[in-house]
Amino acid sequence: MDFDFDLVARALPLLIAGAGITVKITVMSVALGIAIGLVAGVARVSRVKALQMLTACYVNFFRGTPLLVQIFIIYFLLPLITGQRMEPMVVAITACGINSGAYIAEIFRAGIQSIDAGQMEAGRSLGFSWLETMRYIIVPQAFKRVVPPLGNEFIALLKDSSLVSVIGFEELTRRGQLIIARTYASFEIWTCVALIYLAMTMLISQLVAYLERRYALDDTH
Amino acid sequence: MIHIEKLSKSFGSLEVLKDIDLHINKGEVVVFIGPSGCGKSTFLRCMNYLETPTSGKVTVDGCELSDKDEVLNKARINIGMVFQRFNLFPHLTVLENITLGPIKLLKMEKDAAEAKAMKLLERVGLADKRDAYPKQLSGGQQQRVAIARSLAMNPKVMLFDEPTSALDPEMVGEVLDVMKGLAAEGMTMVIVTHQMEFAREVADRVLFIADKKICEEGTPEQIFDHPREARTQDFLSKIM
Repeated sequence: MDFDFDLVARALPLLIAGAGITVKITVMSVALGIAIGLVAGVARVSRVKALQMLTACYVNFFRGTPLLVQIFIIYFLLPLITGQRMEPMVVAITACGINSGAYIAEIFRAGIQSIDAGQMEAGRSLGFSWLETMRYIIVPQAFKRVVPPLGNEFIALLKDSSLVSVIGFEELTRRGQLIIARTYASFEIWTCVALIYLAMTMLISQLVAYLERRYALDDTH
Repeated sequence: MIHIEKLSKSFGSLEVLKDIDLHINKGEVVVFIGPSGCGKSTFLRCMNYLETPTSGKVTVDGCELSDKDEVLNKARINIGMVFQRFNLFPHLTVLENITLGPIKLLKMEKDAAEAKAMKLLERVGLADKRDAYPKQLSGGQQQRVAIARSLAMNPKVMLFDEPTSALDPEMVGEVLDVMKGLAAEGMTMVIVTHQMEFAREVADRVLFIADKKICEEGTPEQIFDHPREARTQDFLSKIM
């Protein structure tokens, strides 16, 4: 079997541009996911029953249904709500962000619950409210502890973002499909696409490992 | 300063405290002693509602505590608390531990809060540790920082929940010395402790708590040298 390197060389710039878009939606989705996950994670450990129930529903729904289905739902639902056609980018980030928010909520919940109960008591006894204690004392400590699982979530989302190719959004996977449709070079292009994903995920792993080491140093202070 | 009326506390079906009345005057130093599990820490924690009493009334500095957050958050500023396990904030430096409350709750300027924190650190003998993190300190040093953190809020009352029980023996003295200093300056203090010598030295009043109630109370001399109740005599004979 011949591996057509010329074709790969010609396709590479297109694929790398697609990879750039993949990174962009991943970063923005994770940012959205962290924002949602932080609020939902704190709500899940709050004493307000309604908030607990609401966030439990959110987490269960988005963890319990396929991301692909969620992408379709949001793709068709968003225009109905807003009354106008949505940019694929907006759909992609909304779907991935809301989906990862559910996982990140659980990550934060576990992180918050791992903080010693004495920290909440110390904060409350100084006169801080529950929410203020969360904000100034509990969440900053929890954040450091959840860096590794957040890194895993980032990697998972980077890979899962390939699913938004189904709505025609031209990130890395979709670019690959389009090139194959023109060239029929399935093996070369899919190999290339896989290696680019691998390079990106390995890079993130390194970044997370670095952050982990830095925070580990902090902890020995 | 502290008025407690008919305070009862149960955990589920387990009754820990029953119908306790207690009045503590301004500037008074009251020490709770008693066997493990007698409810003395629970009693102390009811005084700032870290434990919510099952029934009864707790009034501190004229403010009746309730389970409403607005009431509690205000009232707790006046009630300092020192824990057995210090509970310093590990992600903040010593200075930040002390200034967090004054800056966020008392709305002090950062400079003023830091100047005040340094005064308190000097007082507990740890001015050189201002930029250290709690984990770099010994237990005794951490507890002294915790006391400074509480004092930074200008509390009217200080509650101490077995402040030396988690310390190595050689560090107990340095913490007790700080507390003696506070007592001498007229701070109203409620202390749960197993340090009987310290109790004798610093207390205006000693309460022996057992069987869900204040079993016996009096001056240190009365309690330690001439206990009337058989329960008190029995307890003291075991620990002295």
